[in-house]
Amino acid sequence: MIVDYVIWIVLLPLISFAIQIFFGKRLPRQGDWLPTSVMFIDLLLSLIVAGKVFSAYDPEFRITRSFEWVVLGTTTIKFGILIDNLTAVMLFIVTLVSSLVHLFSIGYMHGDPRYSRYFAYLSLFSFSMLGLISVDNFLGIYMFWELVGVSSYLLIGFWFEKHSASNAAKKAFLVNRVGDVGMFIGILLIFAITHTFNFSEVFGKIAAGELSGALLTTAGILIFCGAVGKSAQFPLHVWLPDAMEGPTPVSALIHAATMVAAGVYLVGRTFVLYSEHALLVIAGIGTITAFIAATIAVVQMDIKKVLAYSTISQLGYMIAALGVGGYNAGLFHLMTHAFFKALLFLGAGSVIHAMHHEQDMRQMGGLRHKLPVTFATFLIATMAISGVPGLAGFFSKDAILAASLEKAMETGMLYHYTIFAILIFTAGLTAFYMFRALFLTFYGTPRNKEKFDHAHESPGTMTIPLVALAVFTVIGGYGKWFEELVRKPNLQMFAESGAVQDATHAATEAAAHGAHTIAMVLSIAFAFGGIAVAMLYYYWNKYSAEAVSKKFAGIYNFLWNKWYFDELYQATAVRGTLLLSKAMGWFDLNVIDGLVNNTARLTTLISFGSGTTDNRIVDGLVNWVARIIGWFGATLREIQTGRVQAYILMALGAFILLYVIQLAMV
Amino acid sequence: MIPNILSVIVFLPVVGMLIVLLLPKEKKTAIKMVSAVFTGLQVIIAWQIYVNFDTNTTSMQFVEQVKWIESFNIWYFVGIDGLSVSMVLLTALLSFIAIVASWNIDRAEKAYFALFLLLDAGMMGVFVALDFFLFYIFWEVMLLPMYFLIGIWGGPRREYAAIKFFLYTLLGSVLMLLALLVLYFNVKDPVTGGHTFNMLHMMDQANHAGILKQFNIRLLVYAALFIGFAIKVPIFPFHTWLPDAHVEAPTPISVILAGVLLKMGTYGMLRISFPILPDAMKWEPFLYGFVILAVINIVYGSLCAMAQTDLKKLVAYSSIGHMGVVLLGMAGLTSLGMNGAVLQMFNHGIVSGMLFLLVGVIYDRAHHREISGFGGLASQMPIYTGIASLAFFANLGLPGLNNFISEAFSFLGAFGSEAFNLKVYTIIGTLGIILTAGYMLWTLQRVFFGPLNPKYVNMPEVNTRELITLVPLGILVIVLGVYPNLLLNLMEVSLNNLVQTVLNAPSFLLGMQ
Repeated sequence: MIVDYVIWIVLLPLISFAIQIFFGKRLPRQGDWLPTSVMFIDLLLSLIVAGKVFSAYDPEFRITRSFEWVVLGTTTIKFGILIDNLTAVMLFIVTLVSSLVHLFSIGYMHGDPRYSRYFAYLSLFSFSMLGLISVDNFLGIYMFWELVGVSSYLLIGFWFEKHSASNAAKKAFLVNRVGDVGMFIGILLIFAITHTFNFSEVFGKIAAGELSGALLTTAGILIFCGAVGKSAQFPLHVWLPDAMEGPTPVSALIHAATMVAAGVYLVGRTFVLYSEHALLVIAGIGTITAFIAATIAVVQMDIKKVLAYSTISQLGYMIAALGVGGYNAGLFHLMTHAFFKALLFLGAGSVIHAMHHEQDMRQMGGLRHKLPVTFATFLIATMAISGVPGLAGFFSKDAILAASLEKAMETGMLYHYTIFAILIFTAGLTAFYMFRALFLTFYGTPRNKEKFDHAHESPGTMTIPLVALAVFTVIGGYGKWFEELVRKPNLQMFAESGAVQDATHAATEAAAHGAHTIAMVLSIAFAFGGIAVAMLYYYWNKYSAEAVSKKFAGIYNFLWNKWYFDELYQATAVRGTLLLSKAMGWFDLNVIDGLVNNTARLTTLISFGSGTTDNRIVDGLVNWVARIIGWFGATLREIQTGRVQAYILMALGAFILLYVIQLAMV
Repeated sequence: MIPNILSVIVFLPVVGMLIVLLLPKEKKTAIKMVSAVFTGLQVIIAWQIYVNFDTNTTSMQFVEQVKWIESFNIWYFVGIDGLSVSMVLLTALLSFIAIVASWNIDRAEKAYFALFLLLDAGMMGVFVALDFFLFYIFWEVMLLPMYFLIGIWGGPRREYAAIKFFLYTLLGSVLMLLALLVLYFNVKDPVTGGHTFNMLHMMDQANHAGILKQFNIRLLVYAALFIGFAIKVPIFPFHTWLPDAHVEAPTPISVILAGVLLKMGTYGMLRISFPILPDAMKWEPFLYGFVILAVINIVYGSLCAMAQTDLKKLVAYSSIGHMGVVLLGMAGLTSLGMNGAVLQMFNHGIVSGMLFLLVGVIYDRAHHREISGFGGLASQMPIYTGIASLAFFANLGLPGLNNFISEAFSFLGAFGSEAFNLKVYTIIGTLGIILTAGYMLWTLQRVFFGPLNPKYVNMPEVNTRELITLVPLGILVIVLGVYPNLLLNLMEVSLNNLVQTVLNAPSFLLGMQ
């Protein structure tokens, strides 16, 4: 029953994609209503599914249904659907953001020459993303993983006439592929050992000890490579800022709320795969990412770039949370972040739309009265991401910080304390750069008078999604249910002997309380600290940001150039590969094929030599023989006179000669 | 069901050829129609074979066995199993599509279509022959028409390419002939005790006698066969005929070359080398050499593809990489890998066929193939761009499209091999996944994206005839991507049996275990 709903949730967008790609242009309004209404139906279905799943109120709620996809000898590959609380939450998040983004796009993309194509791609993405979160096995998740990648590719490069857009699309796909290959090798490894792709079966084998130790750690880190790519974690984060070349609603849906969170989802879904060592790596990567991206966001001037780096940074938080064992916190942040980051992007889209595709904040300023709805909702989202108490972001970020402190107290490792310190500091940075963006955009005096004068609030199709997301940004943080339902899985759950309740849960909860209070106090302090600094610089203009950037030009340039990652990769990986390919191409043409051609030339030479020999010597010999025979013939012809008498005489002579010889022989 | 269905499918094109030869050469449309009808009939018969094929048996089906040359114990012996059936289907389909794609041949049509039909018969024969001598005859029958088809109707360097192709293949044939003779004289016919060309007898290790069991001559025989087949695949370093032949050949012939002829190399290995000389195949220096060459094919072929500036040459090198995946899948001797490999043979036939047709479409319009000479075609030719994107993404292994699953199975099979440790090689091979994505997307960008090259503002969209060639393949790309069972069902039983046979075969190697 629930499964059927989920199957329809996944398939409906696929159907609308197929219709839209072939017939979209011929449908009324270029068919925009079809994918949009399909997504709202999906949202409705997701709500029904969520209702049914949550009403059971069981953290171990779990339904699966699978069918045999490929059977090869002893190997059976099943494909199936897995629904638990996490799936239900994800279905809701994805369909909510996706349907609102569809609605928003009707206004935002109005008049685009490939309007119908745009909605087709959105449907393809929705299908892939919904498949990704519903599927019950590694191979399946990898397949949908690649499909969201290709949807993202198509949408980033949607305005493919622009060189920067097609470059960004290519870069996104290729950088992701690097991570994906790691993930693929991880799947190879898991399958080689466990002979199954199914999550539960794999985890069961791990519980049974079939996959353990260094191999388990390796497998975990390899699978995590996929998350590093898709969730734009260091060192593969470089594609996401460029992905902002895509239409802004796409950035909201794919590159903020859903697809980039797929990596976080992956780690959550396969959480029991990660050994303690693997988790150390995951926590480290997440923390580094959160920090690096936040520092870059501080100096960006393009409003979408600020949001992009902020997304990377927030994804880093989620990954770090999972790495320190804050399973619930990380996934909770995934949800709240989806609300407020989608809101921020759509808000930015509304601003960009109003400013006639101007994205540079240096051209903005003072827009709050011109765009009241956009401003109000953007403000709510900014407060949420900064960690202002009461809003969704506060609760989830606080949970992450608490989890990391808790972990540090538990292990006593400097490593974990450092993580906590960096995350707290980054929380302050976050509040600073977000309010900086808010002030630069909506406060102060308009810096581009002409564009400012033409600016106007966006139409209802665009403001309704903003308001809806704002509502979730306000209420989304009150998630006791989330904490109780999306519970950290453990290996016992998958062991053959059946489910064993996690007895330690209550105990750790009590111990966590202490950590929680410290983390909360610190996080509020840093959030307001960040906001205060932003106000000093950009609201009251007490200090000049420009002066600071001049004073610390070295640091400023380093940040402005995004820590020079692009340059580094361009100089090494990209150039290296191209050079190698050129070298191989040359080698093939000149060495291998040269060898072949030279062999041919040598053969021709030898054959010419032997031809000459043949003509002069061998054939000469033959001709010489012929000549001798000819001479004999000519000579002997003389005795062929035609006179019978002469013949008889010769015969007689010959007879006598033979007779004499015979006599002599005897 | 049609009696003697395999003979019918092999010799139908010959009948077509005879009719074409009887037609006056001015009747160009009639010549084309006859060719289309006969290859079309071949597709229908292939469909009959597909429908009537018993998926539950490992034995040969639709067998016909008639004594041919009694004094040498040569038989007209044909039959198919799960290994050959997919190749028969592929050959029939691509031959028909290539005929449709040949519609704009405008020079010596009669000769072209007659030769093409002969080529078709030869290819079909190779895939159904079970008598090694017969196999060899069909193998050679293909060679001649191919030489002329490239050499007469090809591009500017056609003669060079044709001769190169011919000599390479001939070298392979000679080595194969040597191996063939050694096998003939040293395999006992279990009934008569005499010599035999029967492949099934050769596969039964109990029939091996004479020098096949002495001095490790088997290794030499295997090596000779390997080089013979490696040239066709082609395996590095025997591959350099391929870029030239593919580039110079007219579009439909490139389709056949990449789609069908390359498969004969791997088919030959699976039909002949592996089951007849399993111990030599499993001999570690050979096996790891084989795997290393497979990996070189993948990585080196992909890197070379990336370096190309000619679109057709890029597609040609891409084939080298993809055939490497087939080899890797075969080498692990796992049922997953073997099925993946043979499925990949079929899938690569479909996708590379599509890619060559797509190159042909713009070559016909622009009269060049320089990648950098295009740009922005997406806005001018949206349908063409859509189909090309489908083929490009299939080629780079996008899930949901056909190549993905066969490549994934090949890698899974090789990595999970229990007989040999191929893990490191497989991991290196997966680099190909990134490289392929790299050059395919880069090409997509250079040809289709960016501002439209003003030279091509009037470039006409893909036409109906071109769509007839492209759409069926495009549909297969999707259908087989979603439901590979359509083919896996056919091949699975036979291939699992092949894997088991090779794995369990005794070794006659002396002092080298």
